[in-house]
Parts: sequence; structure tokens; C-alpha cells
Amino acid sequence: MVDFGGWDMPLVYTSQLDEHHAVRRAAGMFDVSHMCVVDLHGADCRGLLRLILANDIDKLKRRGKALYSCMLDQRGGVIDDLIVYFLADDHFRAVVNAGTRDKDLAWIESHASDLGVRVEARDDLAIIACQGPQARAQVAQAIGAPAALDLARFEAASFGAYFLARTGYTGEDGFEVVLPNSDAVALWEALRQRGVVPAGLGARDTLRLEAGLNLYGQDMDETTTPFESGLAWTVAMEPAARDFIGRAALQAQRASGVPRQMIALVLEDKGVLRHAQVVHTAHGSGEICSGGFAPTLERSIALARVPSGALDAVEVDIRGRMAAARVVNLPFVRDGRARI
Amino acid sequence: MNEIPGDLKFLKSHEWARIEDDGSVTIGISEFAQSQLGDLVYVEVPHEGDTLQAGHSCAVVESVKAASDVYSPISGTVLRSNAALSDRPEAINEDPYGDGWIFVLKPSDLAEMDELLSPDDYAELVESAS
Repeated sequence: MVDFGGWDMPLVYTSQLDEHHAVRRAAGMFDVSHMCVVDLHGADCRGLLRLILANDIDKLKRRGKALYSCMLDQRGGVIDDLIVYFLADDHFRAVVNAGTRDKDLAWIESHASDLGVRVEARDDLAIIACQGPQARAQVAQAIGAPAALDLARFEAASFGAYFLARTGYTGEDGFEVVLPNSDAVALWEALRQRGVVPAGLGARDTLRLEAGLNLYGQDMDETTTPFESGLAWTVAMEPAARDFIGRAALQAQRASGVPRQMIALVLEDKGVLRHAQVVHTAHGSGEICSGGFAPTLERSIALARVPSGALDAVEVDIRGRMAAARVVNLPFVRDGRARI
Repeated sequence: MNEIPGDLKFLKSHEWARIEDDGSVTIGISEFAQSQLGDLVYVEVPHEGDTLQAGHSCAVVESVKAASDVYSPISGTVLRSNAALSDRPEAINEDPYGDGWIFVLKPSDLAEMDELLSPDDYAELVESAS
């Protein structure tokens, strides 16, 4: 067990590799109840989200649809990344990271009160993420809700006490199930009896890295903008009239040239890329943000922040040895298949 | 930790050493070490002919979790290292005291073996650590 954002979390249940492969090949489940569900209530939820999210909440036109976004400070630094679901015109649901929970709630509340939006941290709710090619069928059968299989990607709906979202953090299909704390153990046991493999934080990290998904605090934080973190695709600069927090700083950074970029690396040599290793490029040096062994690819991969400029290959200092790494496009792995 | 072979000696940092019939010494990491590291994915072994000093880092084992230095329990010259670990690092997880050996030394001073922990003392150390 390890401390993660103030929660005692299992790094591994049996074998991290077995847990990883179970998610790529069949179905695995993660207890992610440490993540904080934040419900927003009020007529002007959209007004609040237009202001505090770098992505455009008005992309959500249908109830149940989800949006991934950064929440920025005035300098364009990333306060957190989150997913927000459109439940009703006066009810949106966000899911934020555990380690940033208190500052997130304070930040959201500081902007919500002016707009008459009530912010409710749902500590009464747990989250079980069931992921993998068989995950949706397993969940639908375990809770007796075949209609759940009709949910589109990035869509959510309630089935009795279960709020099911077809989202995740592994690069596989699946559901994130938000449910009352009191029901969580029963669903976990039901899924386990159906053969869904419990997976720990270790597998969650290798899966999300293979999927090319950022980890807050490691790949971005308040000292980096989304443009320097491989997250430009989540920033909606259009419509130009939407004056979200951080917009001016991002515009200024873009105008003067974004100094750093996030790149994806595959290690050509043997070894393992790790956080904080120095990366040497033709445009200067940077460092590995997230690195590790990719079980699906059976080689090491990483996300690294380096000076801007086109690159094909770099060298990484692995304990004094210069190792060759290739620059690739993300994701490394999606839906069980290598993409590099 | 009740299956430590009796012919092994240990370093506090969880390496084992065994004197072979020909006077060479085989070295690896313990069952406890592999269980703490988790699934191993890469092993950097010393080169044949390298001269090693007791207590100095001479190899690296990397698991999905972390990289960890391996220290040589005694001084000597590397006779051979386990090339099979390059393709099957998990041999250390599966059989740390057998197929998972890391390298073999020609010891320069066999008396250094006496400085190492006995299986019982090592078992006690692990017990108190966990």
C-alpha cells in the first residue's frame, strides 16, 4: 500500500504485469474512489464552466456527454485536469484529482458564488473504473442494465444508483462507475466473481502512459501551460469571445513562441526511462516527466518536456549512459494494439 | 522467508552469495528483494573481466516500479554473468536463488564471505523490516 493524495492505495494486488495485461486483453478494475466527484448546481453552471475551463463547455450539446479539460490559473498554469459531465442545464458533474481536491474546491467555489452556483463535493460516492475489451459487458451484466451498452464513447447515464460513464484512463473501452460508498464493495465483489481482475496504481500508471495520457503533478502542474504539456488539443481558443481564466496568458505565450513541448519517446536501447532523467536534443536539454516500462510493447516509453523544435531522435542519460530514443506520435497503445 | 537455502550468505542490501565447488562465488538478489521490487523488466549485468569491490554497486535490476542497484557482496573478478536475464529478467522473480543468478566472481579474498549474514540472521533482518 502507498500513500496517494492522502489515500492508502494498493500499488499492486498480485503482479503489475498480469494486471496490466488483464486490462488490455479482457477486463480489469480499479478502485479510484480517491478521485473527487464535484456536483455543480445552479442556473448558471455553463457560465461558471465557460470561465474556469480551458476547453469549451458549449461543445457539450447533449445530456450525458463528457468533456476533458484543464482548469488554469491567470498565468495559464494548470491547476488540475478534470472531466465534466453535462447532466442537466442546472447540474454538471466534475471529477477531479485527489491530490488537488482542496485547492480545486476552493478555486471553483471562489468563482461559483458570484454566479449563484452551488459546489457540492460528493464524499458519499465511490468510483470503480472497469476497463478492457470485456469491461462494458461485465459491468452491464453485473448490475443488470443491458441498456448501458448503448452509451456512446464519452457519454454517461444513470442506471438506478449507478452512474455509468464510458470514459477511462487506460486507452481501453470501459466504464467508470460512480456509486454510493455503501454499494461499492458489493459491486467490486460481483465483478471479481465474474473474473474481472483487480488492478493497482502500478498498472494504472503503465496503462495510462501507454495510452499517452498525462498524469497531473508529473506531466503538468501550475508551472506549465497546456501548450507545454501536450494538451493544446484540450484548449479551445475559439470562440474568441470566450474569456476563460488563463486565456490572455496562453495568447501571449503563443504570440511570443511556446518555449517547450511535450514529446513521446520510445527507447531504442535496453533499459528503462524514468521520471527526471535528462533528455538531450538538437535544440537543448529537457527531462522525462513520465517514464517506464510498457508491458504491451515490451520496451520503455516516456513523455518528456524539451525545448520546442522538430525532432526525430534524442538521447537520454540513464545513470550516466547515453541511450538512444525515438520520437513518436501518441498514443503508444490504443484498444489493445501497439500504434508505434 | 522459510525457504532460504542453507549454503547462501547475504548482504544487508539483499544480495546473496554462494561458494561453488570450484571456488567461484555466484551472486544474485534475495527472494525478499524480488518480492519488494515486483515484476522485473530489465537487468544490467557486470561485464566479464570487471573487477568488483565488496559493497560497491555492480549491477542494476529494474522492475515496473523502480531501478535498484545491486552491490557485490565480496571483491573479485567477474568470470561470467547471466546473459539469459537480458531476455528473461523475470527469471529473478521466478527463481531468485537458481535461474535468477546474476553473475559469478573469482573472489580475491574468500575471507570476505565471513563478513556476510547467515541465512538465519538474514531471515531475522527481513522479518524486522517487514
